[in-house]
Amino acid sequence: MTALAKLFRATAFKLALAILGLSAIGAGIVLGVVAWQVVKLVDEETTQTIEAEASGLAEQYGQGGIRRLGAVIENRSRQAGASIYLLTDSAGEALAGNIAQMPAGVLDQVGIVNTPYETADGLSRNRRALARVFALPGGFHLLVGHDLADRARIGAVMVRALATSLIFFAGLAALGALFVARRVLRRIDAMNRSARMIMAGDLSRRLPVSGSGDELDRLAIGLNEMLARIADLMAGLREVSDNIAHDLRTPLTRLRNHVEEALRLDADKAAYRAALERTIEESDSLIRIFDALLMIARAEAGADSGAFTSFDVGEVVAGVAELYEPVAEEKGFKLTLDVAPAPGFSGSRELIGQAVANLIDNALKYGGSALEAGANEIVVAARREGVNVVIQVADHGPGVAEAERQRVLGRFVRLEGARSRPGSGLGLSLAAAVAHMHGGSAALADNSPGLKVSLILPMRPLTPVSPIAVSPALAAP
Amino acid sequence: MRILIIEDDRDAAAYLVKAFRESGHLVDHAADGVSGYDLAHEGGYDVAIVDRMLPKMDGLALIGALRAQKNETPVLILSALGQVDDRVKGLRAGGDDYLAKPYAFSELLARVEALARRRPSGAPEETQYRLGDLVLDRLSHRVTRAGEEIILQPREFRLLEYLMQNAGKVVTRTMLLEHVWDYHFDPQTNVIDVHVSRLRAKIDRDFDAPMLHTVRGAGYMIRDGAR
Repeated sequence: MTALAKLFRATAFKLALAILGLSAIGAGIVLGVVAWQVVKLVDEETTQTIEAEASGLAEQYGQGGIRRLGAVIENRSRQAGASIYLLTDSAGEALAGNIAQMPAGVLDQVGIVNTPYETADGLSRNRRALARVFALPGGFHLLVGHDLADRARIGAVMVRALATSLIFFAGLAALGALFVARRVLRRIDAMNRSARMIMAGDLSRRLPVSGSGDELDRLAIGLNEMLARIADLMAGLREVSDNIAHDLRTPLTRLRNHVEEALRLDADKAAYRAALERTIEESDSLIRIFDALLMIARAEAGADSGAFTSFDVGEVVAGVAELYEPVAEEKGFKLTLDVAPAPGFSGSRELIGQAVANLIDNALKYGGSALEAGANEIVVAARREGVNVVIQVADHGPGVAEAERQRVLGRFVRLEGARSRPGSGLGLSLAAAVAHMHGGSAALADNSPGLKVSLILPMRPLTPVSPIAVSPALAAP
Repeated sequence: MRILIIEDDRDAAAYLVKAFRESGHLVDHAADGVSGYDLAHEGGYDVAIVDRMLPKMDGLALIGALRAQKNETPVLILSALGQVDDRVKGLRAGGDDYLAKPYAFSELLARVEALARRRPSGAPEETQYRLGDLVLDRLSHRVTRAGEEIILQPREFRLLEYLMQNAGKVVTRTMLLEHVWDYHFDPQTNVIDVHVSRLRAKIDRDFDAPMLHTVRGAGYMIRDGAR
């Protein structure tokens, strides 16, 4: 598309053309009304002049009859710039006056008429006049009129004024359109270029923002926020696929090795059976890792809040704790509950339950104290704190060094000393993802000694998806 | 028991048909949604196993159509979509149970058998379960064995109630978690086992014939050990 064609197709240009059309119509109406009023005024004055002349002639007629009238008319006709006169007898023959030609039948119309005429001296042809016809006794007719040249001149002036103003308008509108369209087009073109670069794979690029805060800026800011969110999701997706590639390969290799080993050995039926059972066990654990990864990815992508229900967090926390209580006791832990009811929480009961289960499971696996016997207490707490509900699982185990606390929330992160124990390193990251999905967060703290994991969840997440910071330009009323 | 399997994957279907026949059930198979609907609509099945993604008619649409026809055949949805919200969607569409692929056949079999034995809606609920000398009264929340009262925690009572409701059939750990605790998540550790062994200690320890059995690789079963 050429630059000119693009300009003509621009909305701003079309808008300018439309404004030009509308202003032309407006100017035409104004000038038309003025012209009409002026013509009316001129006509009224002409009529008054005719009346005045007629009354003068009537006086002459009253004093000297038709003969005197004829003489006066002849006299007046010869004066320069005179009105027009015509006196005819009953046969329609001209007796006096300065009119040579006039359409037939005009003299029969008594009253004011608008008629074309030609003067006797032949100087003025195709003229028009406003005239009044009087019928006199004896079949005589007298026509007194006034030329309409003035009126025509006024009309011509009006037309010229209209034409001039239209040209002026057109020039102005075209300039305005050009300016606006080029300015807007330049910015749209820049946005388009950025969009194409993003499509070509440069996901970090953003649309240009001029900083003027106009509607194009607002659009660009909105789109940029959307792009940032998409980039986040893409990064999450890439991370998941990387994880699947790296961390599922290890157990898959192990599984394959076991099967191969069983095949290589010329074993008996019982050994084959054992190998197969082990294969099923390992594939089950693979499926669990896979499910956990999917759940994290979904939770991080943000929830469909339509699937959220209202429930009591305290009840869920107590329920899950009760589920783990016998296991804890068996492992030599004392599970203490400190749960206040928090009804009316809006979220996914299943996922909150899963998160709490992961936290307790984590504490049971890693929260045992090797030094002090009897210090194996796990406190599970839930309480309202302002608009939030805080779920806490605290143990008296070795804890997590401050530098490691953020890292341990990541996927597949297992600290030294935990690697020898069963687990996938997904438990805490799933809990964090669930908190994030509910518009909350997860935090690790020192329980001196031990680890205290808190999930801080708003009672009613306004935006269950990760809230995007609203720019001041958008927030301003 | 007559089972209808609606599954488009030929290998998966063949495996299911074979496995259910080996377990002593009559099995019909449909490879797409429309023929599956026609078979199910004719009726006479104790349970239908429906895949979610089917050619010609989607599994959820099929269930919806059946329910709209007042066909109340119990339906188990078998799907590769296994997240919590997928499950909720499936049950809302009219499914009675939901199992994600890949699954253990023992889990599927236990669930199908539990579904088939669900009493038809409207039938009066039993107020007392009786198994040999073990009696559970659902109204007074009392459990006795050989006339001796056994004191159970509320959750243990629910656990025993569910097991007795399915007496003589295998009940898997996930089924227990779903029906007794109303959770559908992965508890990571053997939490259910510990609860069951606590219950077992209360109902079996002081008696000669154990009733609560562990079925290896599958789950648990309560049956009258005297017989």
